[in-house]
Amino acid sequence: MKKPVVFFDNPGNIRRLTLGFFAALALLLVAEWFIHAHAHFAWEEMPFFSAAFGFVACVAVIFTAKALRRVLGRRETYYETDNDG
Amino acid sequence: MQPLLFPDAIAPSLLLIFGALLLPLFHGRVHQVWRLALPLLALILFLRMPAGDHWVYPLLDHPLVLGRIDALSRVFGIIFSIMAFIGVVYALKVDDNVQHVAGLVYAGGALGVTLAGDWLSLYLFWEVMAVASTFLILARRTRRSRRAAVRYILVHVCGGLALLAGIVLLLEAGADPAVGRLRLDSLPAALIFLGVAVNAAVPPLHAWLQDAYPEATVAGAVFLSAFTTKSAVYVMARTFAGTEALIWLGAIMTILPVFYAEVENDIRRVLSYSLMNQVGFMLCGIGIGTELALNGAVSHAFCHILYKSLLFMSAGAVLHVTGKITCTDIGGLHRTMPITCALCVVGAASISAFPLFSGFVSKSMIISAAGINHLGAIWLMLQFASAGVIAHAGIKVPFFTFFGHDAGLKAEEPPLNMLIAMGMAAFGCIFIGVYPQPLYALLPYPVDYVPYTGSHVVGQLQLLLFAIFAFYLLLKSGYYPSEVRAINLDADWFYRKGGAGFYRIVDRGLNGLNRWCDRFLAQATARAAARFAAEGPARIAAAAVRLFGGPRSVKRAFDTGTVGLGVHAAVAALFMVLIYLIA
Repeated sequence: MKKPVVFFDNPGNIRRLTLGFFAALALLLVAEWFIHAHAHFAWEEMPFFSAAFGFVACVAVIFTAKALRRVLGRRETYYETDNDG
Repeated sequence: MQPLLFPDAIAPSLLLIFGALLLPLFHGRVHQVWRLALPLLALILFLRMPAGDHWVYPLLDHPLVLGRIDALSRVFGIIFSIMAFIGVVYALKVDDNVQHVAGLVYAGGALGVTLAGDWLSLYLFWEVMAVASTFLILARRTRRSRRAAVRYILVHVCGGLALLAGIVLLLEAGADPAVGRLRLDSLPAALIFLGVAVNAAVPPLHAWLQDAYPEATVAGAVFLSAFTTKSAVYVMARTFAGTEALIWLGAIMTILPVFYAEVENDIRRVLSYSLMNQVGFMLCGIGIGTELALNGAVSHAFCHILYKSLLFMSAGAVLHVTGKITCTDIGGLHRTMPITCALCVVGAASISAFPLFSGFVSKSMIISAAGINHLGAIWLMLQFASAGVIAHAGIKVPFFTFFGHDAGLKAEEPPLNMLIAMGMAAFGCIFIGVYPQPLYALLPYPVDYVPYTGSHVVGQLQLLLFAIFAFYLLLKSGYYPSEVRAINLDADWFYRKGGAGFYRIVDRGLNGLNRWCDRFLAQATARAAARFAAEGPARIAAAAVRLFGGPRSVKRAFDTGTVGLGVHAAVAALFMVLIYLIA
């Protein structure tokens, strides 16, 4: 099979990128042991605080956004059917 | 002020405004060169003018100071001039004088606000910005853009009136006419704060931004993304630095829009929410008010103008080429627009504050300032918002535009001038991220901050990459909210639906009253008056004839109504004489 010309259409490239990403995640967790942290708050002293915070915050943002859409979501023409300015 | 040669003879703000007004006289190459030259001349002025008050014009007993140059106004003037230049390059081939004139007048207004040494000239340029920017929305020439533009100008007129009221009260109270530090403890200061907060899109006064910017023209949105909110940030930094309310308003402002941005379908509206989130970081820094926090806020404004315009330019390029910009309609464009895609990713990395990109060297100053001042809750809110930024602006914008499902749109790279404009902004993003010292040297206070420490870099990368990891897992597992053609209600609901409701109430109430008045007063009274005018004089005369006697023929004439018109006039004249005598 001929290889696709476009970089991101090649499944091999996608696999390599994904593996590289996971490797970077692992590397960052390991790197934490080798750096000197100057924390302003007690919680920053917790191991892997930034990683856990980033993960949880992103999940929280996405689920809150889904809930928000259930409450505030309207059809695209919501404002256009009425006499709004 | 020493006698100066052109172009020093004219303030950069007036140079852009009057220069833009001459544009319709030019054509072709001269038109393009003139447009490119104006912001470059302004930039040269900002780089070489010494600190102090320049271009002072007396107006009655109140001197208008059009050029107060100090460290704060210089850095904003430089980035506004650079941005105007990038915007002109991006819009170079646009065949619409309305946009060219409006864009440059708007940029000139922003320079005027930045340079204003006194409140009155600040207000004048503030309104120049409001009016000129409205034309960048109108110029889209669609029904939706016209309606959005009307709402936009109404909101800004209200904000401008609050500002004007504050300024008038301030000057009436005998305060210094120079724009300077204010304390938020009096009515004039509160009104000025309110007026500036409207332009800074402080919630709940923010919805005009997400309402109007996505309806602007392709190039118009690029100009809009730079000037209104950041000139408001500048005025806040000059007048309300250290105001505690701004710490909390700013922090709330960073968080509120990230939820909206996550479920918004229009990419330019996602970017508008993300703009509000970034301005939140700046206002928070201004509220903290320490030298580090203010340096952070100012440098973040500088970096933000570059990467936000870059993101708006890449979204605009997609809109320009495909005519579409909603998540549900686009996707997979990395195949046909690889350069635009790469430039958009640079903007996304910069706004997400990846190390080696510009957002990192500026935003980390603000977050560090919150840490140093032991503002724990604020620090957590800003970090939470940072994770939110990577989710919407960092991943969602490039992913749903250039990757994701392929919408199969026919597309190609945009014209060269648009790519060059994006390239200049992208170069700025990376240059500042790698080598922040030249930017730090421009900041209002000396900088002894080191962004690239091991703990900063590793902590930030952990935050960002694990947020991406969460995004990846949710997308793979199908929990990520699907793209749908929908909108989400925001604060503009109150004046869009509320406005319609108010219209109905007024229609029923006041128009009902009007109809009642019309029926009972106007029509009934008029009928009665008409009848009186037609028959009254004859009856009065007839009564008089009957009372005092007279020839039979006259009597009969009155009784049968065959009396001439002259009698009416005579009675009317008699009536007037009587009134005159009695009065």
